[in-house]
Amino acid sequence: MSIKPIERAASATPQSVARKVRGLSDRAIAWLFVAPTILLLLAINIFPLIWTVRLSFTNFRVNRPNREADFVGLRNYERILTDGDIWVTMQATAHFLFWTIVLQVLIGFTLAYLINKKFRGSDLWTTVIVLPMMLSPAVVGNFWTFLYQPQIGLFNYVVGFLSGTDPSGFSMIGEVALAPWAIVIVDTWMWTPFVMLICLAGLRSIPESIYEAAECDRASKWRQFWTITIPMVLPFLMLAVLFRGIENFKMFDLVVQLTGGGPGSTTELTSINLKREAFEKWRTGYASAYAVILFVTVFGLASIYVKALNKVKER
Amino acid sequence: MSFSVTEPSARQKLFAGVLVLVYALVTIMPLAWIIATGFKTPSDAIAYPPKVVFEPSLEGYVNLFTTRTRASAETLESLGEPQTWYDSIVRKNDMVIVGPSRYGERFLNSVIIGFGSTFLSVFLGTIAAYAFSRFKVPLKDDLMFFILSTRMMPPIAVAIPIFLMYRELGLNDTHLGMILLYTAVNLSLSVWLLKGFIDEIPVEYEEAALIDGYTRFQAFYKVVLPQAATGIASTAIFCLIFAWNEYAFAVLLTSGTAQTAPPFIPTIIGVGGQDWPAVAAGATLFLVPVMVFTILLRKHLLRGITFGAVRK
Repeated sequence: MSIKPIERAASATPQSVARKVRGLSDRAIAWLFVAPTILLLLAINIFPLIWTVRLSFTNFRVNRPNREADFVGLRNYERILTDGDIWVTMQATAHFLFWTIVLQVLIGFTLAYLINKKFRGSDLWTTVIVLPMMLSPAVVGNFWTFLYQPQIGLFNYVVGFLSGTDPSGFSMIGEVALAPWAIVIVDTWMWTPFVMLICLAGLRSIPESIYEAAECDRASKWRQFWTITIPMVLPFLMLAVLFRGIENFKMFDLVVQLTGGGPGSTTELTSINLKREAFEKWRTGYASAYAVILFVTVFGLASIYVKALNKVKER
Repeated sequence: MSFSVTEPSARQKLFAGVLVLVYALVTIMPLAWIIATGFKTPSDAIAYPPKVVFEPSLEGYVNLFTTRTRASAETLESLGEPQTWYDSIVRKNDMVIVGPSRYGERFLNSVIIGFGSTFLSVFLGTIAAYAFSRFKVPLKDDLMFFILSTRMMPPIAVAIPIFLMYRELGLNDTHLGMILLYTAVNLSLSVWLLKGFIDEIPVEYEEAALIDGYTRFQAFYKVVLPQAATGIASTAIFCLIFAWNEYAFAVLLTSGTAQTAPPFIPTIIGVGGQDWPAVAAGATLFLVPVMVFTILLRKHLLRGITFGAVRK
């Protein structure tokens, strides 16, 4: 590096300013740099969260701001945990979470395994496969309702064509038996590439020398797959499951546009249910208690999971 | 070339290539269908069997940008010949254009809120990440985890008090309110990603600069920032894509002046239900920029979507 730019930089800063700035200790700069971020997060995340907790002990309703809100203790929590409808919602969420994760892990890993064979054009096709997950879930979800239309929808047409059934004979988002799968299919279409990318990173992190050593020991390809590939990719795969789990537990935009929670409440996931309580029925206190329960659940499950993940990593 | 036991055989490669190609073609179909539907006439769009070959029409795009009303034969007669190409498309359906639609405004809102929040979250994220990377911040790990945990909250769960708070402050349905909100949501991503990028820049560069008489600030913006430029740029695109795609807060907190495109596009309706060519046209214009960015970003994709947890 030449001296010149440094000299220029030094002379460009007026002495007084330079001294003032120099006067700031590293510690002061650290606080100066971190404080805005922490303050903004406190104002827009933590303060509302505390407010939610407070509201959860009241019977406040946003649409009746003039009515005095009463402290009702734990009644909201009691009602939620004994409400049968909530369990229906929880089951819908569990179905959605379970199947999206299973399908995305299976397809995502398979794709990564195939792409790792490094055939010609693999980079190009990887990029093509990744496209859906970068797009707006609400906009894409809305368009999928068009693909799912009986008869005229592309999805129904293709399924009808391949299976020989009548494309106007079924409605993915109108039938109670099919709607839970309609949302699983779109979510899998959208997010499989995410799992794929993480698996691919895992596969590429395995040093070739391990396989070479296994080859010397005459381990079969099958054995190599189960004793080297899978254990080495597992921490990556678990990380992918963590991300997908948290995201799909919060799932709102895609499903609300796709089915709106219907038919009936077959696909009413927790976030959609919560939105109904809070912004359609305006039961603010009740919805706040609901929100607190959801947050504690996500946070609790995620922390347990991260501990397990770290154990696997240490191995 | 040396012989490698792990190099797949030509047959394996072909087999893998064909399978991946098939998956890629299937997965791209819905997206291709969105783009194609945008260029169909409403009757072509709902034809059975679905039309793969069709005569392209700009009716969807015209409908997307205009509001129209049905006109009687006499009115149409009295108007004379259509003045412009889009007039003539509308006239074919016995309609006249009465004004622009709101799509332009909504798109512009997406641009303002997207870029505004991206700038803020990258700016705040860079300085915070620098501090976390280089200085002894008390409770550093706890603060970093706290920043990450803000991302775990379901948007609907915090939307109630934010709605109340914004109503008090007059921020409901304003650009500023949405910019601040998206900034807060994106900060977790930008701090985590940028800390990773800054960690990779050798401390020796700054130390050399400090010895040469640079102040901390000078070392930060003359040495560290240029080195982190690529990282900052890719972080910015990830933040932009998030703000661009966000729906839950937008639909709950905006309705008029500050509404972005995602809550608006599904509400585009024509005669008897959704006007699919217009919806598809709106979606195409909205999604294509993200597709372009994705292609540009492909090297940083993994790092961005996993908050820097996976680097490769």
